[in-house]
Amino acid sequence: MSDTPVQTSATVLTVRRVQDYHAMTLVAPAVAERFRPGQFVAVAAGGAYSARLVRRMFGVYEVKPDYGGTVEIVFANTEPGTAWLADRSSRDRIDLVGPLGRPFRLPRDPVHCLLVGGGPGGAALFALADTLRRRGCQIHFVLGGATGRHVFGSRMAQRVGDSAVVTTEDGSTGERGTVREVLPRVIAETGADVVYACGPTPLLRTVSRTAAEFGLPSQVSVQEFLGTTGACGVGTCMTCVLPVHGEDGVTRMARACAEGPVLRGDRVRWGDLGTIPFDALGAPRALGLPDGGARQ
Amino acid sequence: MSNGPANQDTAPAPGKGKAPAPASDRLRTRLGPLDLAAPVLTAAGCGGTGRELAPFVELSRLGAFTTASVTLRPRAGRPTPRVAETPSGLLTAVGLPGPGVEGFLERDLPWLAEQGVPVIVSIAGDSAAEFGELAARLRGAPGVAAIEVNATCPNVADRGRMFARHPAAAAAVVRAARAGAAPGTPVLAKLAPDVTDLAGVALACADAGADGLTLIGTVQGAAIDTTTLRPALTGVSGGLSGPAIRPVALRCVYEVHAALPGLPIVGVGGVTSGLEALEFLLAGASAVAVGTALFHDPGAVPRILRELDEALAARRLGRIADAVGLAHRPAGHLPPLAGVEPAPAPEPAELKETAP
Repeated sequence: MSDTPVQTSATVLTVRRVQDYHAMTLVAPAVAERFRPGQFVAVAAGGAYSARLVRRMFGVYEVKPDYGGTVEIVFANTEPGTAWLADRSSRDRIDLVGPLGRPFRLPRDPVHCLLVGGGPGGAALFALADTLRRRGCQIHFVLGGATGRHVFGSRMAQRVGDSAVVTTEDGSTGERGTVREVLPRVIAETGADVVYACGPTPLLRTVSRTAAEFGLPSQVSVQEFLGTTGACGVGTCMTCVLPVHGEDGVTRMARACAEGPVLRGDRVRWGDLGTIPFDALGAPRALGLPDGGARQ
Repeated sequence: MSNGPANQDTAPAPGKGKAPAPASDRLRTRLGPLDLAAPVLTAAGCGGTGRELAPFVELSRLGAFTTASVTLRPRAGRPTPRVAETPSGLLTAVGLPGPGVEGFLERDLPWLAEQGVPVIVSIAGDSAAEFGELAARLRGAPGVAAIEVNATCPNVADRGRMFARHPAAAAAVVRAARAGAAPGTPVLAKLAPDVTDLAGVALACADAGADGLTLIGTVQGAAIDTTTLRPALTGVSGGLSGPAIRPVALRCVYEVHAALPGLPIVGVGGVTSGLEALEFLLAGASAVAVGTALFHDPGAVPRILRELDEALAARRLGRIADAVGLAHRPAGHLPPLAGVEPAPAPEPAELKETAP
């Protein structure tokens, strides 16, 4: 079974600084061979006797066949767990679980794909770009952030994309502005057939809405939401839920790690993240109604 | 250290082999009427539906799989954030999400029943009547090895305070579940540590027909997010779990075993290794359940079983039952030792060895 995740002790090959982020390459052949773009890995931080029990979840920037198979992750050092990871050096071992979650759905035909990213989460788009390229797709990037330092991979995007637009709010790199401002223009110019996105939640919301306005399907990775709310990465802890409405019109609390991290942008109730919408399946109902009003 | 000779003595112990399938006989245990091949279970709500753990562990190697608490109706649970990382622990307020008993019986239980693992179904309700109804719904369902009454959930009739807070309330839910459940199905009561007189609550549960106890549920705690200046969890308070609460759990198990030595106990609280599992057995538990450790290490249970088997062998404890409650014996007491011949009794110091 190549689509089931594995737990493995991965060897650190390199850890290096990339802009404001850290890029770590791990030798993990079993993870690399199973990986599909959009999936993520869950890392135990702090070693065997760690007091930190929450797994750190990261999208995968790239897998390579070197040393039997390597996995590269990109992360920002924001808390003690990521600080521990950033401190690792070559040949250290790290407990790794992966690849996890549902990958990006890929188009059957060679179509025009728009890939939108921001922050370190944008790194996951490059593995996707590689796969799309091999399918003959046209690839266009839009990367955005507050400043040039917040935009990961802008030069890489110029190199691998058929086009690449970078926006920063302070104008330090690329155009001054936001992704929201340039997105309609880029969709029109590139003739995009599908929009992929990975990055901060507000960005995903913008992308989903804009794609819907143009009648385009959007595939967004809620990797960052997962990173801030999840604990296990494999679907057991039930903490990374967000409201998603299904084919049947019923809103369910979906796990970002197991039902995601890649979701259809138009299915996520972006405005209701961090809540249980009153009409979600199993939502608490007003007391005083017969049987709590829960039976429909 | 003294590990060497002890290992040599016990190397040819029966049932010890590399083959993973049947756990060694040393690991067999009983929870009242329930016979388990291994003493390490998953704790309620920590193994998902079982499918999520399956890529990492062969479920048939678990002593038993405990489900997430099953409720009468589907429950969405609490809003996020539901978890905060605290020192050596997790603070969670998940709110018992689940598909409800119908969805559980339709989708989750049939799959679990095919995995060759005893399934302990945790049930949770707002009232004693709901517990009774849930237990009745499980009658005749395939693969239900036991029912665990989650008495740590809020009692709506008591302004949301836990059933496990009060002996009478805890007894009421156990009695209701006992009455609803099929006569042969063991009923375990899961209790919380945040009570004044745990032994009193335990006794009330035993009187109400509990075949055993699961000790303990989470400890109430809180954390504040210093960035947002607000509670870290939407529910403000949450349940603390993980190694942080292990001493509390051990105290509870020891206390209840001292008061009710005949009542089987499943020890739960921060077990991450075989030696920690052994601590619970020595304190009086007949089995241990692993919870939070599964989030950190989904493959934890087989490792803990292996470590526990080695730890028992190193101490010449031939059966789980020989270890249960041993810490209650007076200093200098020697347990029945497993060995091919009645070897000269080891020095008491040998019993005290710790991890290599």
